[in-house]
Amino acid sequence: MPIPTPFHDRTASLCTSHRWTDWAGYCAVCSYNLPNDSEYYALRHAAGLIDISPLFKYEVTGPDAAAFLSRIMTKNIEDIPGGRAVYCCWCDDFGKIIDDGTVFRLDKDRLRVHTAEPMLAWFKQFKRGFNVTLEDMTAKIAAVAIQGPTSRKILRQITDVDLDALAYYRVLTVQLDKLPVLISRTGYTGDLGYEIWVENAAALPLWDALMSAGKPYLLQPVGLDVLDIARIEAGLMLNGVEFHNAAHCLVELQKSTPFELGLGWTVDLEREPFCGQRALSAEQAAGSRFAFVGLELDWDEQQALYAKHGLPVQFNRGAWRSGVPVYNNDGSRQIGKATSGTWSPIVKKNLALASVETRYAQNGTVLKIEYTVEYRRETVSAVVAPMPFYNPEHKKT
Amino acid sequence: MSQVTQIAQPFNSHIPTESYDAIVVGGGHNGLVCAAYLAKAGKKVLVLESRHILGGAAASDEIFPGFTFSVYSYVVSLFRPHIVRELDLTRHGYQVIPLECTFTPFPDGESMTRCGDPEATRREIARFSPTDAEVAPRFSLAMTQMASFIKHLIDSPAPDLTALRISEVAKLLGLGRRFKALADGGKYVFTKLMTMSAVEFLNLWFESDRLVGPMSVSGIIGTFLGVRSPGTAYVLLHHYMGEIDGAFRSWGFSKGGTGGVSLACARAARSFGADIRTQAAVEKIILRAGKAAGVVVRGGHEIKSKTVISAVDAHQTFFKMIGAQHLDADFVQQLKRFKYRGSSAKVNLAVDRLPDFGCKPGDGPHLRGDITIAPGVEYLEKAYDDAKYGNFSERPFLDIVIPSLTDPTVAPPGKHVISIFVQYAPYHLKEGPEQWPAKREALGDTVVDTLAEYCPDIKDSILHRQVVTPWDLEQDVGLTEGNIFQGELSLEQLGPFRPVSGWSRYQTPIDHLWMCGSCVHPGGGIMGAPGELAAKTLLKSS
Repeated sequence: MPIPTPFHDRTASLCTSHRWTDWAGYCAVCSYNLPNDSEYYALRHAAGLIDISPLFKYEVTGPDAAAFLSRIMTKNIEDIPGGRAVYCCWCDDFGKIIDDGTVFRLDKDRLRVHTAEPMLAWFKQFKRGFNVTLEDMTAKIAAVAIQGPTSRKILRQITDVDLDALAYYRVLTVQLDKLPVLISRTGYTGDLGYEIWVENAAALPLWDALMSAGKPYLLQPVGLDVLDIARIEAGLMLNGVEFHNAAHCLVELQKSTPFELGLGWTVDLEREPFCGQRALSAEQAAGSRFAFVGLELDWDEQQALYAKHGLPVQFNRGAWRSGVPVYNNDGSRQIGKATSGTWSPIVKKNLALASVETRYAQNGTVLKIEYTVEYRRETVSAVVAPMPFYNPEHKKT
Repeated sequence: MSQVTQIAQPFNSHIPTESYDAIVVGGGHNGLVCAAYLAKAGKKVLVLESRHILGGAAASDEIFPGFTFSVYSYVVSLFRPHIVRELDLTRHGYQVIPLECTFTPFPDGESMTRCGDPEATRREIARFSPTDAEVAPRFSLAMTQMASFIKHLIDSPAPDLTALRISEVAKLLGLGRRFKALADGGKYVFTKLMTMSAVEFLNLWFESDRLVGPMSVSGIIGTFLGVRSPGTAYVLLHHYMGEIDGAFRSWGFSKGGTGGVSLACARAARSFGADIRTQAAVEKIILRAGKAAGVVVRGGHEIKSKTVISAVDAHQTFFKMIGAQHLDADFVQQLKRFKYRGSSAKVNLAVDRLPDFGCKPGDGPHLRGDITIAPGVEYLEKAYDDAKYGNFSERPFLDIVIPSLTDPTVAPPGKHVISIFVQYAPYHLKEGPEQWPAKREALGDTVVDTLAEYCPDIKDSILHRQVVTPWDLEQDVGLTEGNIFQGELSLEQLGPFRPVSGWSRYQTPIDHLWMCGSCVHPGGGIMGAPGELAAKTLLKSS
């Protein structure tokens, strides 16, 4: 049975839809309202507040903290200056992905890692020879994301710190409404946004301060259903959907590598040994079998499929992650899979995230994707498109 | 303003001297859509807008510092989704945020909130009529069927009832086929829709006046008809045709006000190479040997063009820019009979707090949608009675939205803009339309007093009030007799009859002069279809 997060007293009273899901053993709101359109539009035009406390959080301290994480991660953490955050992933010995997440370098000897799955045991196995302490902070720290174009204006109401100086992927310890918090310019929506990390005891006062400062800026609590739409628009992958932890996979086919997932940019190969390095070097030299792509579905073909049944195009509410086959252009051979997708109200297109054979991954390549209308399996054309699908200027400015 | 200057230059800053393939007269959303399609097809296009801002009646303006009003039209629904795709408008800033619900306060302290949660809506209606609560989704389904049947009509030029060309006959047959494909029940519904009044039609389904009243107003918006006038049932359907992301009957706010839609169209037109000028009032369309050959802009500048496309209404185009002496007598007669008789006004408020409705206190989803002051059929009929004799309604129908609750860009934090559509405010006052400036503030007072009956503290919250009468619509935006649709959207003025029988296909009796505004098929609303269809028809013909 899932347990409440430190924000539960507030989220529960706001969750008028009573729609909850289990996120890593915690109660998490799917959507506060029914329907939840207002949550989506708040996220894209104003701001949304998302309880992300169930993320796993580990603190790594000690003189070897950065070297230790560099031994695990595909990215060279030792290169990262204090006050910076990075997104990266980590692999098994065979270069197959285990999980992805963010690493914050709070200072030289102190780092924080956020993961989708419990990683204490995985991290611990690399400890030998490193002077580090590893602490699971998951149950001690609450976290909330404030995302959307008005998020900075809201935070300005409750802090004296110059938030313009907090650039994209920077972290800072500040006082928000006199509460000591860690704030990072990070998020999972592809928009301007922050994540705020706080001791459990200060969770509710923090929530209240944010909601109250946010009211004039149209801040709304936002559930995971809408977050799922936003992350697809942002072209961001999800563990368990776009990839599976190699440690959970029964067969090789279920595993994937950072290069196959479009995460080659997080792999620093030329350095001290790290887990999976040899396999990843070999893959880089030989080329990857699969590539991670964004697909935009052809509108006219969707419309024609519905018209066959006398129907207007039906729009799925929210994102799907049921997985469908992707075929080559003439539909004769399956060349990949679409792992999740959504109608994007802001881009006005049906979008999908997919894994396809590398030679079909060029932008502009036209593929076919399975598309079911009135219980009939059909296909429509889908073009490989650059990601993020939605990428507002204010994300990084 | 600054956004406009990035897209369009004032006319005098750089007077165009070259000759164009097409000049579009009027930079409203239809003119801009038309220009975008023509420019996309490689034509050299110039858009001339008389005002300092773009958008015509779909314009946003900072009337009071910090507050952006959708000065005239205020919601978006009918804008054709394929235009968004074909012109790539999302890339140019087209963003529409759907309205959540419809809230109707009643004078006896009751209220009804209909929202996107079907069960909550059923419970809400059942408080007044359990039967109506069950019938409502059936009604919605029937109207959705009607809307998807009729939708084909608004996405193509009106069928020509007289031409015996194969293509025209095929079009009529296609319509016939779709009609045949409707279930029998659907056929009856359609026939009734085409003939009945909004109230009669709704009474076929619903028993509660609290539902019929507010629902019937969709049949009269912008017309000089009452909710019991025959033919208004069909207009009801026009309000079910709007779709946002596949959901019929949905309405939305354009980010930054309705001018946001126009600016997106303008950016698209610019991206295809169209030239757009503001403060360029066209005084005359130049005729050479009876054919349109260019325009004269205020100040006497002549600009040559192979084609002139007018996005302003038929009255302005033919009587002001062409002159009746250049037209056939029969055409002139028909133009004169085309009904404008504007019947509505707008009141825009800048307020320092949200309105607090006595019947449903505090903030909530009910404020985020459409707030309708139309408590019953009798109320609406009385409002119409006043208008029949040349007065504005003592207690008018109000359609209220608060876009600042979903779009933080239109008001300072914590403050709000309230947009109030007002009917009836007849152009033809009994003292004469020119008396409107003297009555403007009295109308504003009436509207605020009406609203204050439901939220008493509204008066104290007002920081600024803008009243737009039908006279102002005519003077400021060039809408003849202040008709918001460039001519009444009544059954006999739609399709092949709009604006003149035989001339619904965007061409006019003057060679090389075309029409692309709301006065041609399929009519008004922020739809873009007249502009699109005119451009496509023109491109096909050349």
